[in-house]
Amino acid sequence: MQWGNVIIQGVLIGGLYAMFAAGLSLIFGVMRLVNIAHGDLIVLAAYVALMVRQALGIDPLTSLILVTPIMAAIGYALQRGLLNRTLGDDLLPPLLVTFGLSVIIQNGLLELFTADSRRLQAGAIEIQTFQVAEGLWIGVLPFIQFAVAVIVIAALQSLFYRTPLGRAFRATSDDQAVAQLMGLDTRHVFAMAMALSLAVIAIAGVFLAVRANFDPAIGPARLIFGFEAVIIGGLGNMWGTLAGGIILGVSQAIGAQIDPGWQLLAGHIVFLAILAVRPQGLFPKVSG
Amino acid sequence: MSRVQHATRSSQIGVALIAVALVVLALAPFWAERSTLRLLAEIFTFVALASLWNLLAGYAGLVSVGQQAFVGLGGYFLFALVVLLDVHPVAAIFFAGPVGALVAIPVAALVFRLRGAYFAIGTWVVAEVFRLLASQVSVLGGGSGISLPAGAVIAMAASRQMREFEIYWLALALTVLVLAAMVALLRSRHGLALTAIRDNELAAQSNGIDVWRIKFVVYVLTAFGTTMIGALIFLTKLRISPETAFSVNDWTAFVIFITVIGGIGRIEGPIIGTIVFFVLRQALADLGSFYMLMMGAVAIVVMLWAPKGLWGLIAERFGWQALPLQRHLLLVPKDSGARS
Amino acid sequence: MSDPLLEVRGIDVFYGDFQALFGVLLCVNAGEVVTVIGANGAGKSTLLKSIAGLMPLGRGDILFDGARISAAAAFDVVKRGIALVPEGRRLFPSLTVEENLLIGGQSRRPGPWTLKRVYELFPMLAERRRLPAPALSGGQQQMAAIARALMSNPRLLLCDEISLGLAPIVVRDIYARLPAIVAEGLSLIVVEQDIAQALKAARQVYCLQEGRIALQGQAGELTRESISAAYFGV
Repeated sequence: MQWGNVIIQGVLIGGLYAMFAAGLSLIFGVMRLVNIAHGDLIVLAAYVALMVRQALGIDPLTSLILVTPIMAAIGYALQRGLLNRTLGDDLLPPLLVTFGLSVIIQNGLLELFTADSRRLQAGAIEIQTFQVAEGLWIGVLPFIQFAVAVIVIAALQSLFYRTPLGRAFRATSDDQAVAQLMGLDTRHVFAMAMALSLAVIAIAGVFLAVRANFDPAIGPARLIFGFEAVIIGGLGNMWGTLAGGIILGVSQAIGAQIDPGWQLLAGHIVFLAILAVRPQGLFPKVSG
Repeated sequence: MSRVQHATRSSQIGVALIAVALVVLALAPFWAERSTLRLLAEIFTFVALASLWNLLAGYAGLVSVGQQAFVGLGGYFLFALVVLLDVHPVAAIFFAGPVGALVAIPVAALVFRLRGAYFAIGTWVVAEVFRLLASQVSVLGGGSGISLPAGAVIAMAASRQMREFEIYWLALALTVLVLAAMVALLRSRHGLALTAIRDNELAAQSNGIDVWRIKFVVYVLTAFGTTMIGALIFLTKLRISPETAFSVNDWTAFVIFITVIGGIGRIEGPIIGTIVFFVLRQALADLGSFYMLMMGAVAIVVMLWAPKGLWGLIAERFGWQALPLQRHLLLVPKDSGARS
Repeated sequence: MSDPLLEVRGIDVFYGDFQALFGVLLCVNAGEVVTVIGANGAGKSTLLKSIAGLMPLGRGDILFDGARISAAAAFDVVKRGIALVPEGRRLFPSLTVEENLLIGGQSRRPGPWTLKRVYELFPMLAERRRLPAPALSGGQQQMAAIARALMSNPRLLLCDEISLGLAPIVVRDIYARLPAIVAEGLSLIVVEQDIAQALKAARQVYCLQEGRIALQGQAGELTRESISAAYFGV
């Protein structure tokens, strides 16, 4: 059953797209910042994983133990050192600064690693599959990746709604000045949010690196996938973002099945259609 | 009766200087080398593109990172008319404008549903869609692109030299047109509304300005200009492909850096920015991606510490303006005998 | 005679070019209730925000417990023991009542005010602890805002117009709980437009008029006429 397998693949890659999106919408939720360099940071994570692999020889999934804190630290420093200065009422500074950052990261990676395509080898697990039904197969690695995406989203929800840090995020997002009256150093809160976002990016980046060839220029496309997943799913709802990622993944898979050149186009068209017909997304959270 | 005066002493000097510069530039084919002519034409197109982006972002508050959609649209439209319908290339440039405006209408209807940075990414998605669609059009070369047929090239002018003069004058003329149109717009009532939106959108809206409509009109007009410039750019290049036509780097990143460094929200900004950009490029010619990296870093530094750009710094320090855009209300004194 | 808990020494405060406070002098002793009254726009909120660290000082100093806090950031000021109940309540709309209280305790200062103690003082909050903050009535929100500030175990509580927009019976109910707060050792600055309530609660009275202290004295000793004159600047 060929279409069944196509849809399964689409769903599974949707998990990866949802992870791209999760970091993006986390930051937007806490500080109304859209990080144009988001996709390039995912690619940066992939290269960090590459370096860790080259230095220590460990497999990609294990390397996450190092890559995640490294990226989180970069995120904290980035927010505290640079992006905190862009926050405010004006729309241009965060947009243009993160755009400049995107260009810097892309060209920096180009200088350091050249435009060669890379891939992280994960071993036998890359090609293993298991059968779920007559004629239906699921790749082990895509399945793990999807499962991790669901866990990450569940963890983020849990953090947001059940921990003091999550409380701090929500309070700071509601009212920065009063949050300070509670003893919260908002510079630190924002930096923690960015660190968390980059931790999620680290996981997404490693999975990206194992799954497909990567080079310094593929960042913007990841940003766009994450963005489309957020808009399709609806702002403010992490599970909606997962649904959005899945819809995007499935659309792309169906498009690719019809004609390989139509893969990306199919996804964009579904996105534009939803934007036209239901701009608030499919599962928006009613904002308070 | 009171009237609004736009000029100041510095703008009078500015206009005079610009007039002199225009005459000199118009005569460039007679005093400049071929390579200089090419460089100048490139400078003109970037001034035009950056000015249009500035109108969109600096005045209407619409930050688009997808204007390459219209640059590429202009290029492909020109190639389509020339290759498929045998239209004269120069005529095709002027048809490109209205086509760009028409395409911009449904695009705007879609992307205006998004706000702020999400709007920006939305415009990027649209550009990507255009790029992917262009790759599918095999008649125009599909993914690898197509060159302008020799016949059309020759139809432009008898000799190569004349052709290059023609393209140069076209570039100069188009850029002057774009800038003149912008000045006219900004001096008009609508321009006052735009400046109000630039300074404080919420306040502008509370004062009864139909912000949405103005933004829509500005978006469509900008697309008009950008598409024409795109057609000219690819006529000059004589070859088009989806990668080059819709390149974010060439048509958006450079444009944004130019405008940020020169000064957003002022009409002189992109002019200054383009000059700085090209001076740097000539000086740092062979640094490739390191050059882009530096431009990004400079843009960030400027955005954070000199958000009004180079021209902003100069204008505020000295109170200059190069073009007569200020609004100074001249009140007629009561006892001057004026009838009312 | 021990040093005052809070000393505001001749502060000037500006909003851009506009000067809101002119050389304001104020003292609060430990365990005291001070009220600052004045008309709309007199600068009362500005004064409290400056003490709380939300606004920078143009000139002058603020000392708390002998230490200079003039340049301290707001989150720092809370940690030292000053809590502000902001004008308009300003509970966090995304948080429940209990979460609002918990985040009030973010600074983790030691002291008697725990969730349990706060619920004893405001039982209606305990009944509604899981509701989102916006679901509460105006009076309940005001109590929640006060409770949230108490959770930081302050030594000085700043109350900015807690009667604003509330029915008189509700206002009386709120003010009835202040003595219990003072009994735990807190000092209070109560900023009010409603003079009657303020004079009943406080011992020291300051009247602000267009950014200047126009009158100062003990609540029992000042006459209605002198207060009116100072209030309206007549």
